Amino acid sequence: MARLGLPRDYQIERAPAPSRGSTALISLLSVFLALLFGGLLLALAGENPFVVYQAMLSGALGDWNGVAETLVKTTPLLLAGLGVAVAFRMQLWNIGAEGQLYWGAIFATGAALFIFPTAPAWILVPAMIAAALFGGGLWGLIPGVLRAWFGASEIITSLMLNYVAILFSEYLVHGPWRDPAAFGFPGTPPIPDAGWLPNWGTTRVHLGLLFGLVAALILWVMLRRTRWGYEISVMGENPRAALYAGMPTKRTILLVMALSGALAGLAGMSEVAGIGHQLQRNLSPGYGYAAIIVAWLGRLHPFGAVLVAFLLAALTVGGDRLQMSLGLPAAIAPMLQGTILFFLLGGDLLTRYRLSRRVPAALPDPLDRPHEAPQP
Amino acid sequence: MAIGYRLSAIGFSLSCRLAVLPSPMTLSPCPPTPPSPAIAMRGITKRFGQLIANDHIDFASPWGEVHALVGENGAGKSTLMSILAGLYRPDSGSIEIDGQPVRFRSPRDAIAQGIGMVYQHFMLVDPFTVAENVVLGERRKGVALELPRVERELRELSDRYDLGVDPRSRIWQLSVGEQQRVEILRLLYLGARILVFDEPTAVLTPQEAERLIGTLRGMAAQGFTVIFISHKLDEVLQVADRISILRRGKIVASTTPGETDRHTLARLMVGRELASFVERPAAEPHEAVVPGEPVLVLSNVGAIGEKGLPALRNVDLEVRAGETLGIAGVAGNGQTELAEIVTGLRRVTGGTIQIAGRDMTNRSAGQIARAGVAHVPEDRLATGLIGGMDLSANAILREYGTPPISNGPFIAGKATASFTDRLIANHDVKTPGRWAKLRTLSGGNQQKLLLARELEGAPRLIVAVHPTRGVDVGATEAIHHALRDQRARGAATLLISEDLDELLALSDRIAVLFEGRVMGILPARGADPEQIGLLMAGVAPDPSFAGQTAAHG
Amino acid sequence: MSDIVTPAFVISVLAAAVAAGTAILYACLGELITERAGVLNLGIEGIMLVGALAGAGGCIWSGSAWVGAGAALAAGAAMASIHALLTVGLRANQVVSGLALTIFGGGLSAFLGRNIVGVPPPASFRTVDIPLLADIPVLGRILFQQSALVYISFALVAFLWWYVFRTRAGLRLRAIGERPEAADAMGIDVSRLRALYVIAGGALAGLGGAAISLGTNPGWTEGMTAGRGWIAVALVIFAAWNPARAAVGAYLFGGVEAGQFRLQTAGVDLSPFFLSMLPYLFTILVLVLSTREATRRILSAPAALGRPYMREERG
Repeated sequence: MARLGLPRDYQIERAPAPSRGSTALISLLSVFLALLFGGLLLALAGENPFVVYQAMLSGALGDWNGVAETLVKTTPLLLAGLGVAVAFRMQLWNIGAEGQLYWGAIFATGAALFIFPTAPAWILVPAMIAAALFGGGLWGLIPGVLRAWFGASEIITSLMLNYVAILFSEYLVHGPWRDPAAFGFPGTPPIPDAGWLPNWGTTRVHLGLLFGLVAALILWVMLRRTRWGYEISVMGENPRAALYAGMPTKRTILLVMALSGALAGLAGMSEVAGIGHQLQRNLSPGYGYAAIIVAWLGRLHPFGAVLVAFLLAALTVGGDRLQMSLGLPAAIAPMLQGTILFFLLGGDLLTRYRLSRRVPAALPDPLDRPHEAPQP
Repeated sequence: MAIGYRLSAIGFSLSCRLAVLPSPMTLSPCPPTPPSPAIAMRGITKRFGQLIANDHIDFASPWGEVHALVGENGAGKSTLMSILAGLYRPDSGSIEIDGQPVRFRSPRDAIAQGIGMVYQHFMLVDPFTVAENVVLGERRKGVALELPRVERELRELSDRYDLGVDPRSRIWQLSVGEQQRVEILRLLYLGARILVFDEPTAVLTPQEAERLIGTLRGMAAQGFTVIFISHKLDEVLQVADRISILRRGKIVASTTPGETDRHTLARLMVGRELASFVERPAAEPHEAVVPGEPVLVLSNVGAIGEKGLPALRNVDLEVRAGETLGIAGVAGNGQTELAEIVTGLRRVTGGTIQIAGRDMTNRSAGQIARAGVAHVPEDRLATGLIGGMDLSANAILREYGTPPISNGPFIAGKATASFTDRLIANHDVKTPGRWAKLRTLSGGNQQKLLLARELEGAPRLIVAVHPTRGVDVGATEAIHHALRDQRARGAATLLISEDLDELLALSDRIAVLFEGRVMGILPARGADPEQIGLLMAGVAPDPSFAGQTAAHG
Repeated sequence: MSDIVTPAFVISVLAAAVAAGTAILYACLGELITERAGVLNLGIEGIMLVGALAGAGGCIWSGSAWVGAGAALAAGAAMASIHALLTVGLRANQVVSGLALTIFGGGLSAFLGRNIVGVPPPASFRTVDIPLLADIPVLGRILFQQSALVYISFALVAFLWWYVFRTRAGLRLRAIGERPEAADAMGIDVSRLRALYVIAGGALAGLGGAAISLGTNPGWTEGMTAGRGWIAVALVIFAAWNPARAAVGAYLFGGVEAGQFRLQTAGVDLSPFFLSMLPYLFTILVLVLSTREATRRILSAPAALGRPYMREERG
């Protein structure tokens, strides 16, 4: 399977950069094939896929309520997804968005409850934002430091820190920060009203969505137009070229990981200040992990993340609504999300590699060159 | 009798060979023996695209012979041996091993036929012991590792061939020379009767190399056939029974050490008629530029290479303004490291580097670039360019931090566009536009863009490594032209190349590196390629040089 | 506190630790052979969930816990073969593929298991005392008054330790995770073997899921593995890729799980959250230490872990 039974003189090699059009086409095709495959699974399990898809669609986008709920779910996915996208751009595999989100929520709640409990909104909200950025950023910085200074894989360290963050927040809501008035129900007291993010009309959609959109715009400008964004792209595409150009690699790793964490932290703050109005257990149903899908499906592009965050949110809300409309588990949504990712990962092969006859680039002496495996 | 060989149980075939061998001169190990040569390759042709790496090569070697293959880089030696080792399949031609026609589909097939190859980059698993590495290649049924048995047999083999390898030591604890002997030991254990070495002494210290040569002679005396790829003529003359010289995919001569000498070999290797030596420098005459101030001064510089061995030793070099210093040498003799230490990509372990009068020893690549040093790196796509980004992004790699490209924290789009367009136009880079991804350009156009970027801003010093490697003729011409212009403008150039023609055409002086040392520096005008070839092969110039040349020329 | 922590209490906690740690142990051993082969599989949590469902479902369908365990093995292998296809066959990003597997597995198991939530399986792996051994004081109670799945896991640890360090196949396994080029040069089909170990590892993780749904918490509920798959991934590093140490780590986690519950019911306020954090923090420490070349050798981290292998120059 792996060698695909190729004749010896043929090989799979990196194709020249795929065009934007073919990339978009592959993405579309992946989503289509995933829905097809998901439909097959549904049919095998005795459900009518058309009915299910129809119910999901109308649940998520069929009425204003659904749209509003989709936008509510878009917010944390987008903010955390942007954070992941920045890190992935530099080939930093930060999968600690979940923990960074929690840490942002912890800091924001702490600022609201204990530091500025009586401040007016125009002080409290910015203070909570700053606290969340700091908290999430700090949590992202840890794997950054371990990577830059010790060379430890940020994949595992950031993953481990997720659990530490979640456990710490559980400790807070069960222990020192527990609301004594809540009869043992784990959660902090509600934050002051001044810290509540304003809602859009009577819906649950809140200012956090705007944070996400603004962050996407800033990030887009940053990545496309600034020196720093340029450095991130070069380091991600070719670290040796960055060294050659004298770019400060270690410092950039630290800054990017901090930025990545800060954005996830902002997602945590917006959940506290916009939705729950307190720090509680199960603050996030895995937004930090779904954020990785958002970043990857969005091709690590800020606007791509906006689109995908909305789509994934719609999928999630549609899944939630299935419970009410058809009595089916909401889990159909993550099942489809996973399937889409599988097809996208597989489909990428078509853009990244091509079959070719082996022709050495310069010298015909295969033995003069080291047998190095390609970098992942 | 051939059955004796086919059995991969080396214990049997070896004891047979050793017990019955009347003398080292016997070519076949087990009598009664047909006088088949160990290897007979006939009419081997291998193309890579346009390039013919092997052009109807006939190559044969009897049992018990040390056969050296010499030739310049790219002459086709390694391709030929890769075919023998099952790594490549020839386009045409046939191979016989011990008189039997064979067809290899993989290195495994070749190993099964008793052909073992020792690569320059050892194929050993570092944390494993010697014995474990050997077991890895063993095709034996059974579950248990049987390490004690393997260790015992390895110890016997090691003693018999005086390899001095302890089967229980772990690979990472061993020196490079010891690791190489582990490779040999493994091949012997796995039943190899024909051993192919790809520049085995390139990674060794002189003492280790000496020892290896002794080992190889010993193996041949026991009836093994040893093929030895090398550039080092002294070594070849010392170890080989027969020497075949490859040039441009063909065997141009096959001789014995008794019939030849290093000067003849050097000439055959460099491969030019004497007439063209005389004509060539005149073809592109340098106008004599009076060299100015020293721009680059290396004093007693040393550096460690990738392998952890000294790659540069006590190097003293000076390049003046308006001067081009060419660096000649066989690949892997310190050229890569020399370029890296000058451009700040590698640290020196001793000595100093001065650029334009300032001490720049162990400064970062960025600091050195800002001091006015341009760098055309060895592997442009791996180091100097970003394949996945567009031309603009590649064009501004040096300038992105300085106005007008940089505008506060931003990169100015208009300035970037006009800058890129200017580079494209001035250096005739053929491209659909500045938005095209760099990877889609041809090698020559990639190199032209890189050169354009590096020459922007009138650098004081240009470090150019293989600037025309893998580049078509037209682009080569353009690149040479640009480098000449820079020299005329007064830039100092350190030109590292494996192409002797290029060095002779562009340089004022040529320094030859061998094993990290400067073997000699000669003026390019009127330089004798044969003499350069000798220096490249590690032969120091001696007073009788001229006389010998006359005698053999 | 000392009046609660009686010897009998400690022994019961330890016995519960072994029982609770078994699911993690299976998953951890699965990830261990996967990583030894040079592939990172972050999909263990999803595989465990599907395994847990297959275990409960297979048991309900057939009435036999053993059939359930077999179904869990098969389901785990099927899930992991997706990862093998994507990362070994198509050389896709291992991190993303693993996460996709976790998300997919969570969704798939919740969807397929919608009709058997809370249905008690007709059979499960119950405690079986091993004659004689169960009567050994202290140890007998801890190790030999357990279920068949626990006993099998003891055997599996011993077997895998022997397999990895003492057999030819194990040597090849270590070689493809350590230096695939060298293994390739010795005629070992790196891709085929890697795919095989990813799938075998998935089967074990699936069985780990069944160890919950047919062992400690009989029956199926959505998301019932509750992060044990991630713990298993962490444990592999904690265990320095050694099956015997994996057992120690798994029982440690099992002990935290069991002890926390029991201490709470006993009214001891020893913040369980910090206790639970320790293994994760320790894993980070191990990882940081293992980045030094010298320590890496002592810990024997597979050098090629996470690096896709592709012969570029050779055929």
